[in-house]
Amino acid sequence: MTINHNAAKGAYIHIPFCDHICYYCDFNKVFMKNQPVDDYLDALSTEMNSYRANGLPETLYIGGGTPTALNEGQFERMFSDIDRYLMNPRVREFTVEANPESLTEEKLNIMKRHGVTRLSIGVQTFDDKLLQSIGRAHNASDAEYAVRLAQKHGFHNITLDLMFALPGQTEASLHESLDRALSLGTPHISIYSLQLEPKTIFFNRMKSGKLKLPGEDIEADMYGQIIFALEKYGLNQYEISNFSKPGYEGVHNSLYWQNEEYYGIGAGAHGYVNGVRYANAGPVKKYIERVHSVGHSRMSEHTVTSTEKMEEEMFLGLRLLKGVSVARFEEKFGKTIEQVYGAQINQLKEEGLLTERDGRILMTRKGVFLGNNVFEAFLIS
Amino acid sequence: MSDKKDTRQSHIRNFSIIAHIDHGKSTLADRILEATQALTQREMKAQALDAMDLERERGITIKLNAVELNYKAPDGETYIFHLIDTPGHVDFSYEVSRSLAACEGALLVVDAAQGVEAQTLANVYLALENNLEIIPVINKVDLPNADPDRVKNEIEEVIGLDASEAVLASAKTGLGTDEILKQIIDKIPAPAGDPEAPLKALIFDSLYDAYRGVVVYIRVVEGTVRVGDKIKMMANGKTFEVLEVGVSTPKIENRDVLSVGDVGFLTASIKSVHDTQVGDTVTHADQPASEALPGYRRMNPMVYCGLYPIDTARYDDLREALGRLELNDSALQYEPETSEALGFGFRCGFLGLLHMDIVQERLEREFNIDLIATAPSVIYNVKLTDGSSVRVGNPSEMPERKFISEIEEPYVKATIMTPNDYVGAIMELCQRKRGEFQTMEYLDANRTNVIYDLPLSEIMYDFFDFLKSSTKGYASLDYEMDGYRTSDLLKMDILLNGEKVDALSVIVHQEFAYDRGKAIVEKLKELIPRQQFEVPIQAAIGQKIISRSTIKALRKNVLAKCYGGDVSRKRKLLEKQKEGKKRMKAVGSVEVPQEAFMAVFKMSHDD
Repeated sequence: MTINHNAAKGAYIHIPFCDHICYYCDFNKVFMKNQPVDDYLDALSTEMNSYRANGLPETLYIGGGTPTALNEGQFERMFSDIDRYLMNPRVREFTVEANPESLTEEKLNIMKRHGVTRLSIGVQTFDDKLLQSIGRAHNASDAEYAVRLAQKHGFHNITLDLMFALPGQTEASLHESLDRALSLGTPHISIYSLQLEPKTIFFNRMKSGKLKLPGEDIEADMYGQIIFALEKYGLNQYEISNFSKPGYEGVHNSLYWQNEEYYGIGAGAHGYVNGVRYANAGPVKKYIERVHSVGHSRMSEHTVTSTEKMEEEMFLGLRLLKGVSVARFEEKFGKTIEQVYGAQINQLKEEGLLTERDGRILMTRKGVFLGNNVFEAFLIS
Repeated sequence: MSDKKDTRQSHIRNFSIIAHIDHGKSTLADRILEATQALTQREMKAQALDAMDLERERGITIKLNAVELNYKAPDGETYIFHLIDTPGHVDFSYEVSRSLAACEGALLVVDAAQGVEAQTLANVYLALENNLEIIPVINKVDLPNADPDRVKNEIEEVIGLDASEAVLASAKTGLGTDEILKQIIDKIPAPAGDPEAPLKALIFDSLYDAYRGVVVYIRVVEGTVRVGDKIKMMANGKTFEVLEVGVSTPKIENRDVLSVGDVGFLTASIKSVHDTQVGDTVTHADQPASEALPGYRRMNPMVYCGLYPIDTARYDDLREALGRLELNDSALQYEPETSEALGFGFRCGFLGLLHMDIVQERLEREFNIDLIATAPSVIYNVKLTDGSSVRVGNPSEMPERKFISEIEEPYVKATIMTPNDYVGAIMELCQRKRGEFQTMEYLDANRTNVIYDLPLSEIMYDFFDFLKSSTKGYASLDYEMDGYRTSDLLKMDILLNGEKVDALSVIVHQEFAYDRGKAIVEKLKELIPRQQFEVPIQAAIGQKIISRSTIKALRKNVLAKCYGGDVSRKRKLLEKQKEGKKRMKAVGSVEVPQEAFMAVFKMSHDD
């Protein structure tokens, strides 16, 4: 068997359908009702097949939208297609995003049969009032039930998705959520501060002055408390928003931060293949039509320049708490990190945002909080 | 020969259009151009006379323009019309008066719903001073809220003009255009001067053209001017040889000669508009007129501000850009200045705030220079204890208090025309702005002119905003300079992170110092983003801190999400952030955004 050097390390597959639209969500998603789901799955399989020739990925990640919004028949069909076109016998990680209200025993069985190794469950918070106020369809006990059900079906590598700095969220509510999350014993937690994005319900409410956000000071306090609480429990912060027990770091997401390549499959998905970053058509119908007519749906393609590649190496890599390897930088780009970014690194060190340890450039604790100041400094083009 | 000339002269009609902004001046000009077939439909851009983009965007006329139109009247005769456009803003009232002086008549355009406004009134007075025949035109009579009878009444009562023959028009639909043209012929007198007399031509505008030098717009009052003539500018005595004379129709049309009553242009290899001051008289060098036309006045800047490039490397570009603008703008003045906070820049003088805005916008737009403008300041007359005096246009240069015996500031006489209901509110406002009540004129049953003496600096500050909000936009304002008066003024300094920022210093009246200081400090707190360290903001008079606030340190800004591998989006966010910082100026160790430097000046009334 020939080794194909074009093989991307990972594959991201997007399911844009949702039964409910969350107030903060700006991902590519649509109400499931009356959508051409079967045609969409056809298109996905065509696209998967087209990347097969490039080589099989080591990680798979199905995100959304809401992948578990598919019914069991559609669910089974999607996994069969993945099996046929992209499944690597030596797959290192196969993650599926699941929402508590639509994670059924049958779907768990389907995933188990098709080699899914990891579930990402969208809990957000264990505060029922907050869940309702951000437009989620489940309550806290639904979430606990879903996690336990998954564990009962043999899924132990589970990550919980949580949020903080939500409108109306108190520190007490945050701590209760953290406690309840930790008591479920999952080896991984992602926790994101709310970001207001245009074209979301929250953004419109904010613009009309109807959304009361906690503000930067409370957000910073909460973030500090989260890091403290999770690390105390043995979940180490390995990325800005990600915490895990040793050995349970997300493999697929780490590809992004390590500036590796990945296939982006599905409507609005982003990919990075053979040095080209691309985005697929977002609207479901347009995506389907385009895959149908030309075999793929890449709309914008950008060949990453060597400068951009270096920038991305830094602003993505520094998101990881272990930082960027000085040796690997030189190996990759034929220039030392000092040559390219000496001035910036020194400045950021002086500001107390960066440090260097064991041949790696990494952010200090202050840098982690003020990450955008750090990342921005590495844009030089 | 002389008969023929007389016949030609007797067929000339020179006129302007006087109107408040939005009352339809440009649209009416377009109708007249159409009626005289100066422009074919295809050539008609909406509002043909406004040349600069900026003017069109803002809907105001800055540069004057004059066109010659041939109108075949129903009586079979062909008349020569010169339509002279006027700027519509109080900053340019001197230029308005000079272009009116180039005419024998004016169309007074009044909106059929809104009636006479203070600005219109001011220009009508200018027209009357210049003995112009005024033809009232009531425009927009087709609009549902039009009330032409009320407006006719107003014109008679407020201005004292006979409005019985006022034309009811709609410049938009063309209604009334024929009647307007008829009245122009019947009512506006032909120019009077003597073509054989020594040349007297009034300069009412000029603009710099890279190929031809300055194009001087003139109205020949006496005598004639030809290509090859040696001419002299009577204000400074400089002489030039005429290369071209001609008119705009509005296409440029060269002629051999311009004679009495003609309104056109000449070029004479003139390098700078500073040699062709509006209001000056052009005469022949070898046979000069014995005296210049009346009314010439050098225009002096009323308002000063510092302009600094955000990117200090662009200082030379800024100097060059100001030089280019100055070629065409004789009222613009600038000289280099240095600020501890902002580095190298220029102190620039303007006729008024609009003029200032326009220059800044042109620098940013046409020359792509990101600027920091300091708050505008008037010129203070500062008498020192040693008996000498200095003029101060930059607050940071105000001498120390111990050396000052008194400070004088410029005052204006402000005429505010308002519906009666708002007289109380306006008087309260003027009182609050240190105004001195002068008089009140009852214009008609509904409206009053409230006349106050006010410090110019108060008018500049936020007077317009307040006036609009406290009268629901009904009141209008006109003002003229009214000399200097002694006031109880102080310099207030602003300190960021303990360091005095010279570019933020302001002159304030003692009585308002505390409130202004507090307002400025709060506004700066809002405008300056959090830094990596805590930044105290203080307002001080001398050594005394009168107000204080603190910008908290930046604590968290890291992007939480990974956007499902959408790296380009993350990149865009970071680029935007970086771009934003480029538009900030590092003052000491504090990054200060552009708009903060204007904060000491522009504060909306809800603050």
